[in-house]
Amino acid sequence: MRWQRGRERLIEGAIWVCGISSIAIVALIFVFLLKEGFALFRVVSVGAFLWGRHWYPISEPPQFGVLPLILGSCWVTAGAVILSVPLGIASALFISEIAKGWAKEALKTGIELLAAIPSVVLGFIGVTVLAPLIKQVFHLPTGLTALTGSITLAFMAMPTIVSITEDALTALPRGYREAALALGATRWQMMNRVLLRAAGSGIVAAVMLGIGRVIGETMAVMMVTGNAAVIPRSLLHPVRTMTATIAAEMGETVRGSDHYFALFAIGIVLFVISFAINVVADLFLHRERT
Amino acid sequence: MDRTGMKWVLALGLIIGSAGRSAAEELQGSLQIKGSDTMVNLCQAWAEAFMAKHPKVTVAVTGGGSGTGIAALIGATCDLAAASRKMTEKEIAASSAKGAVPQEWTVALDGLAVVVHPKNPVKQLTLQQLADLFTGKVRNWRELGGRDAAVVLLSREVNSGTHVYFKEHVLGKTADGHTREFAPDALLLPSSQAIADEVAANPTAIGYYGMGYLNPKNVAVGVAKAAGEPSVTPSEEAVRSGRYPISRPLFLYSRGAPQGLAKAFIEFVMSADGQRIVKQIDFVPVQ
Repeated sequence: MRWQRGRERLIEGAIWVCGISSIAIVALIFVFLLKEGFALFRVVSVGAFLWGRHWYPISEPPQFGVLPLILGSCWVTAGAVILSVPLGIASALFISEIAKGWAKEALKTGIELLAAIPSVVLGFIGVTVLAPLIKQVFHLPTGLTALTGSITLAFMAMPTIVSITEDALTALPRGYREAALALGATRWQMMNRVLLRAAGSGIVAAVMLGIGRVIGETMAVMMVTGNAAVIPRSLLHPVRTMTATIAAEMGETVRGSDHYFALFAIGIVLFVISFAINVVADLFLHRERT
Repeated sequence: MDRTGMKWVLALGLIIGSAGRSAAEELQGSLQIKGSDTMVNLCQAWAEAFMAKHPKVTVAVTGGGSGTGIAALIGATCDLAAASRKMTEKEIAASSAKGAVPQEWTVALDGLAVVVHPKNPVKQLTLQQLADLFTGKVRNWRELGGRDAAVVLLSREVNSGTHVYFKEHVLGKTADGHTREFAPDALLLPSSQAIADEVAANPTAIGYYGMGYLNPKNVAVGVAKAAGEPSVTPSEEAVRSGRYPISRPLFLYSRGAPQGLAKAFIEFVMSADGQRIVKQIDFVPVQ
């Protein structure tokens, strides 16, 4: 009897450890990130870091201005969102409301498959197919631009947006559809004025998670955006994102150097942004449930 | 365990022990080489030839850039660092602080080719013109006698020894002693191959990389030390004689005095066989 209770307690303990460990790991990562990142601010002021317009990490003296990188990430992400959100919501509507039978299944599987394409592969396609095309269409000096990055990333955000939006639409009670149609609404009116509105918070969450996916993406972005650390003026210029900077430069830095700390400081900025996005997504998801 | 069992164990131990001893005379183990992307193909060729000679040895070669290799050498995660630039005093100090004063070998020479698209009419540039181009002072090919088109600058990422070498030796310093910066709108591409591909596809692009990457789709411009002096295209002879203005030594670094496998590898690299490989990979042998 006592043995059994002991065993019970042991198992409970083990599960508790498993549950708590993921939180503990996140907390530890955050502490590590803060510790390494804040070391930079002994050398450079927070203002000079966030508003500095020049990123020359290996010069003497180095300049750690992260503004072009933040804006680079923002431009690429904004472009990707503009492209993927309308497309994503439209596909979700089509899949959940219009498509029937095998078409529905095929579309769902197809979009899930899109999520399975490794980002390097998308990046590779971006470099070899998309970049020359964009150069030609817009008569640009180079096809490695923010827009190229946005289009590549839109493909990555699509599966997230479509599947979560579709879940939100499917979760709506049948009564909504029947009531709308019974009142004489057309199918389009029913979708546009009833379903999209009712599923609104789920859709916002889908978009937010899509943005989270895009802003954190590294490999494909590094391959297609040209990585020039300028303040971007349009989507047709090359940009350098925060993630690409960390990935491209991390290998080179000596542990404990200012450059190393600066990359961690970029990590903090990224962490704060994606944390904020996740919190917003979470708030909307919870609002939907209650 | 009974007596006969014991005997068997003893006999087995003896066999294994003696086998180990006889193999120890031969080289074995593994060697990690990390660093310069310029030198990756070269190091790989050396590694393959070395492994063919010593079948029990594995040599792993990875790129990532000279800085990456040197950082790994300081952090003791590789045995040899391949570098297309000299270690800085800071790096040597960092390594010495960890108990290993790095040793340097000049293992090959390399000319940095400045390349343009074959259709680009600009075929000769002075060092000054190159500096003006890459710092963003000259933004249109028309100013250099080319077509009216914006210049697309292609550079390597900052972790590349090629980037650092080009910055120090071509961009040079301002009057007050600061090194000049690449124009911020220069595209930083992750590999030399990426530069070769972009130059091949883009008639308005200009980039640079180690001579080993020269290919028929890129044209190396002739470089003159100053206006009025003859321009020289990169070739083995021009690099060895020092006539080509942008050439550089390539290095291997070891942690302290090399031991065992690392020592054997460096001896092989410096041997006639090793230097013949240098030539096969389109670099310039030291001797």
